[in-house]
Amino acid sequence: MLRVTGLTKSYRSAGEDVAVLRGVDLAVATGESVALTGESGSGKSTLLHLIAGLDAADGGEIALADINVSTLNDAGRAELRRDRLGLVFQQFNLIPSLSVADNLVFQSRIAGRHDAAWHDELVERLGLKNLLRRYPEQLSGGQQQRVAIGRALAPKPLLLLADEPTGNLDEDTADEVLRLARDLVARTGCGFLMVTHSARLAATLDRQVNLHAGVIA
Amino acid sequence: MRRPLWILAVLLSHWRRHPMQLATLLIGLISATALWSGVQALNQQARIAYDRAAATFGGSRTAMLVSKDSATFPQQLFVDLRRAGWPVSPMLEGRVQIDGRSFRLLGVEPVTLPSEVGNAPAVGRGSLQAFVTPPGEMLVAGETLRDLGLKEGERPQANGIGLPPLRMQAELAPGALVVDIGIAQDILKMPGQVSRLLVGKSKGKSETPHATLESVAGDKLRLVEPSAESDLERLTDSFHLNLTAFGLLSFFVGLFIVNSAIGLAFEQRLPMLRTLRACGVSARMLNTVLVIELVSLALVAGLIGLVCGYFIAAALLPDVAASLRGLYGAQIPGQLSLKPVWWFAGIAISILGALAAAATSLAKAIRMPVLATAQPQAWQQAQRRWLMFQSAAALAVFAVAAVLIQFGDSLIAGFAVLAALMLGAALILPMVLQIALAFGQRSARAPVGIWFWADSRQQLSGLSLALMALLLALAVNVGVGTMVESFSRTFLVWLDGRLAADVYISAASDAQAKQIKTWLRDRPDVEAILPGGRAETQLGGAPIEVLGLPDHATYRDNWPLLESTANAWVRLRPGDTCLVSEQLSRRMKLAIGDHIEVPAPGGNWPLGIAGIYADYGNPKGQIAVNFAALTRHFPQTPLTRLGLRVAPDKIAPLITALQATFGLDDRNVADQATMKQESRRVFNRTFSVTGALNAFTLGVAGIALLTSLLTLANSRLPQLAPLWAIGLTRRRLAALELLKTMAVALITALFALPLGLLVAWCLLAIVNVKAFGWRLPFHVFPLQLIELLAVAMAAALCAAALPVARLARMQPATLIRTFVNER
Amino acid sequence: MSASDTITRRAFTGGALALALSGKTFAQGFAGLGENAEGFTAVTSGKPFVFPIDHGPHPEFRIEWWYVTANLSDTGGAAYGAQWTLFRQAMKPGGPSEGWANQQVWMGHAAVTSAATHRFSETFARGGVGQAGVETTPFRAWIDAWEMHGLNDFDARRVAPLELKASAADFSTALRLDADRALVLQGDHGYSRKSDRGQASYYYSQPFYKASGRIVIDDRPVDVTGVAWMDREWSSQPLAADQTGWDWFSLHLPGDEKLMLYRLRQKDGRENLFGNWITPDGRSAEIAASGNSITPTATTDIDGRKLPTAWRVALPARGLAIETTPLNPKAWMGTSFPYWEGPIRFTGSHAGIGYLEMTGY
Repeated sequence: MLRVTGLTKSYRSAGEDVAVLRGVDLAVATGESVALTGESGSGKSTLLHLIAGLDAADGGEIALADINVSTLNDAGRAELRRDRLGLVFQQFNLIPSLSVADNLVFQSRIAGRHDAAWHDELVERLGLKNLLRRYPEQLSGGQQQRVAIGRALAPKPLLLLADEPTGNLDEDTADEVLRLARDLVARTGCGFLMVTHSARLAATLDRQVNLHAGVIA
Repeated sequence: MRRPLWILAVLLSHWRRHPMQLATLLIGLISATALWSGVQALNQQARIAYDRAAATFGGSRTAMLVSKDSATFPQQLFVDLRRAGWPVSPMLEGRVQIDGRSFRLLGVEPVTLPSEVGNAPAVGRGSLQAFVTPPGEMLVAGETLRDLGLKEGERPQANGIGLPPLRMQAELAPGALVVDIGIAQDILKMPGQVSRLLVGKSKGKSETPHATLESVAGDKLRLVEPSAESDLERLTDSFHLNLTAFGLLSFFVGLFIVNSAIGLAFEQRLPMLRTLRACGVSARMLNTVLVIELVSLALVAGLIGLVCGYFIAAALLPDVAASLRGLYGAQIPGQLSLKPVWWFAGIAISILGALAAAATSLAKAIRMPVLATAQPQAWQQAQRRWLMFQSAAALAVFAVAAVLIQFGDSLIAGFAVLAALMLGAALILPMVLQIALAFGQRSARAPVGIWFWADSRQQLSGLSLALMALLLALAVNVGVGTMVESFSRTFLVWLDGRLAADVYISAASDAQAKQIKTWLRDRPDVEAILPGGRAETQLGGAPIEVLGLPDHATYRDNWPLLESTANAWVRLRPGDTCLVSEQLSRRMKLAIGDHIEVPAPGGNWPLGIAGIYADYGNPKGQIAVNFAALTRHFPQTPLTRLGLRVAPDKIAPLITALQATFGLDDRNVADQATMKQESRRVFNRTFSVTGALNAFTLGVAGIALLTSLLTLANSRLPQLAPLWAIGLTRRRLAALELLKTMAVALITALFALPLGLLVAWCLLAIVNVKAFGWRLPFHVFPLQLIELLAVAMAAALCAAALPVARLARMQPATLIRTFVNER
Repeated sequence: MSASDTITRRAFTGGALALALSGKTFAQGFAGLGENAEGFTAVTSGKPFVFPIDHGPHPEFRIEWWYVTANLSDTGGAAYGAQWTLFRQAMKPGGPSEGWANQQVWMGHAAVTSAATHRFSETFARGGVGQAGVETTPFRAWIDAWEMHGLNDFDARRVAPLELKASAADFSTALRLDADRALVLQGDHGYSRKSDRGQASYYYSQPFYKASGRIVIDDRPVDVTGVAWMDREWSSQPLAADQTGWDWFSLHLPGDEKLMLYRLRQKDGRENLFGNWITPDGRSAEIAASGNSITPTATTDIDGRKLPTAWRVALPARGLAIETTPLNPKAWMGTSFPYWEGPIRFTGSHAGIGYLEMTGY
């Protein structure tokens, strides 16, 4: 379902081009969960951002289902994110002025893919029922990340992308949140690609790939 | 269309969580729109009134023929010109005294009156017959009818002559009495004479062929081309320019507030915008919705601002009307009437202002990358570049001001100098502050002291807009305050000299004046009777007044002269010499020793100039001559005005006796004190509008400073938290913050003082001379400056208090979070 | 239009003036004129006419006019029409006052017409100051720069020779009028009855003018010759209150015969036909009140009004049956007080040219 081939990306820093990705090949099948590991600065997050269409690659191809992500313009990439992808970041990235309920439905609403039954199930499974009227700042980190996962999965995306989703959480909470994420991914049957530096968490997913020196080891 | 609505709802949710920010934004927009549109409403109201006056039977909108050398000319010239094909209509103008008050009498000829001359059709609304056949009708505006205290159909008396029955005609300019020309000739005792001929426009493309003016009238008449601007508009230009300048200033200061509020909101919403983009909102959609949000807010604020503007205008209108009447004799109706275009313009200016104020934030949003990149801490370098650029721009603007002072010779140039000075000063302010703060930093020893100055410097770019607003508001306050005070001092001294008689009488008629004089001669308490009189004519195409002064020590000793030859007063006696007002001497470039020819009914009156006197507040040029000579050359001059010299303790009983004997009321007889009080009252009202706008501007500048500080306060937490962490108490931090704000405000205020004095000098030496024709001595009023300085510091204190108090009471957790949450 | 908007023959009434100045109270002004002539001298039959005195103004009567229309053609045969008119009205009865107190108001109308265009102009003046007036010796009628005056060998019986001129922004006329026979009294020896209720005027004409001169339209001068017709009429109450307007013809018949004919229309739809048949030797006979007819045959829309610009005229007793057509159907006088006035031609039992005036439409 996701096929990345020969992906390259370099950044200009202090007047020099630094190659971050030097030809990455990666595939994630429908229903498969993959952990992307690597040391700091290995380009894990960059790869994830390129797949999410948040940034444009220098070379290579990203294909999601029947869509060639590399050829899309900004509006096309935005549409891709809106309709096909779910994104979860380390900093939760909730909208502080919206309540939990509004944050949850936000993406599915603008994607026009709101499904009331699925929404109720998400609230139920994520244990957010009593938190719906709160604002993000009134939640703990784990709660916030549960809302973020709920928002990302509400439009039933093809692929859930997560960048160190448990990086700000303690170990127990991290396990709990990740378990919820895995369960929900399995329930929707979407693909799941998670960037993490934790081998322990990576081991809980179907497959682990390691990025080293800009290529998949 | 659901998608943009959802996004808009998300954007708007920010304001629900930050109502203070929304309030600030709206207050900025509302005050900008309100002050701007309020001033516009006043200007518009006045302009409508001027149009009305200009359109009244041959104001300056109509081309006309006037005598080359005399106030009036025989009506046979009218007939001759008509017979030669000229589409002319005769008009006779003069003044009549009703109840001791002077009115402008216009004699018109309704049958030939050109249709484009304003109110012509209205004459026929009654029957022509009633208007032209004796006793005729006298058309007046509703205001005039109220002033006279008479009803339609009543016949007022003027100098013993019964005037035609009054009839109200709304379109007329207030203060004008309109009668048929034949009736006017009777009332003014000028049979067969006309003042001017109005030249009608021909209806077709080309003009009706007619003989040349010279072939019909010889060299007796002169054609005065119509002017798009009325006399009143020209005279009052400076006044309205002044109002507009204040409106504009308040508008920009208001936009400073909007700018800082939007800047703050944008900074705070940056994560939200990123999340929106990450969730699949395209850049174009997001920007569009941001603009829609802004325009909607501007629309709401604009409407509220317009309503406020309406009330501001309505509140200021009486003072504005009084000023214009006192200064220029312009009659402005007291009821505010606004055209639809005013409403549209107000909304438009609100939206444009909001977009301009939000331009930088919107540009940032458009260029915003989805991924947050680490912000390089190169603020110092960036700030230096920005400072250099602004300072260079300031120097360029100062250069323009210098060139304008050197070569500019108009009112607009005067205001341009002012604008350039203020803009330049605003631009160079950050550099001035930078230098002052760097100096402070070098002289500091303790680490906290060094941090204090260094941190103030870093804050500069964030505060500079608000400080600029404060600078401009203060400078204008100093400038205008100094001008008003200078004027006030000069005016009061001048008034003491001008109002030298102890009692002033304005009789209802010449006959009554004669009776009063006879009665006064027998009273021992009257030391001198000083008859006065005033005629109107024109010089160099503009109307002037000819003032008759009796030959008496009262005038010789008191009447203030700016320049004069030796024994100027003695030279006045024979009637071949005059004094000219400062305005007239400037306008016509007249100097002592020059000669002028003044058109009089009996032919030109040649006069030499023996002196120049100040005549503040008079829009018309004026010359002063010997009273006896005036009555010889202008036999129609009303002889109803008398001044008396009376011992101080006899004044009150004399006035009472006069009132009882001749049935005079307060309008007809007044003592010097009352007259002075009245003059001062008019004078004070003249500047009360300026004062009110001044206060508004300062208030808005204070709000701008407050919002800027609020904006900064939030973004400054990461900078303050480390200091707290290393052991400075919140209270101490708050005190330091307050001190910092006060320090930059003080430097700004100190910089504003010399700038304000420069502004005052410009107003006195350039703008006033061009606008009014008089130059006032420049005084500095230290107390006033200290007072303003205190007001500025108080404003800064108020503005800084709120964010500082918040800091002092801030929960430690909030400070801790800055470490955890730092991106 | 309402009945009160009617005008008198020759379009000059107090109403006309009120309209010129206000446009609103015309009805009021006119009604005053139609109903009440108190204080003015009444028109009675049997008045002896004295010339040149009667060429001058009669200020004791309320209204009066000097009216010239000319049918002209250029060297190429193209037809033109020209009109020169001076109206006088007294605002109130009584002897004339001096200066601006004079109660006379004057109005001038001038026009030229060709097949392609119609140009007109108007002007107003108060009496008493010299801007407008009429003098008899020498004969001179003027308002502003428009003037009609007798030439050197002026003969008061022939009212000729005359020179007249008028100019406006987009046209001008200068004509010399000659006549070889005397003027003609209209109606019953100059007494022209307008209704059964006493409304009447004094009315004489000079229909035998030969005209020559120059007209200028838009700076293009045209030398013209032709015939002209002068009407002189004065009255204090020329129309009855229920009379709404009229249709007036002056026709130059073959063999130097002339026909003056007009129809007065009434509110109730009835109409009265009056006229005089003038023989070449200057004899003038009133036409019979019945048996004759004039009938519109075509109308022209002008400014939302329907004007009958073509007519059938039948005077069976005189053997006359003609159809008239206008030179320019748009000969509308859009003056302060509007009416239709323009040259016409006619064919049928007689053929020739003339002028048509229609008011109250």
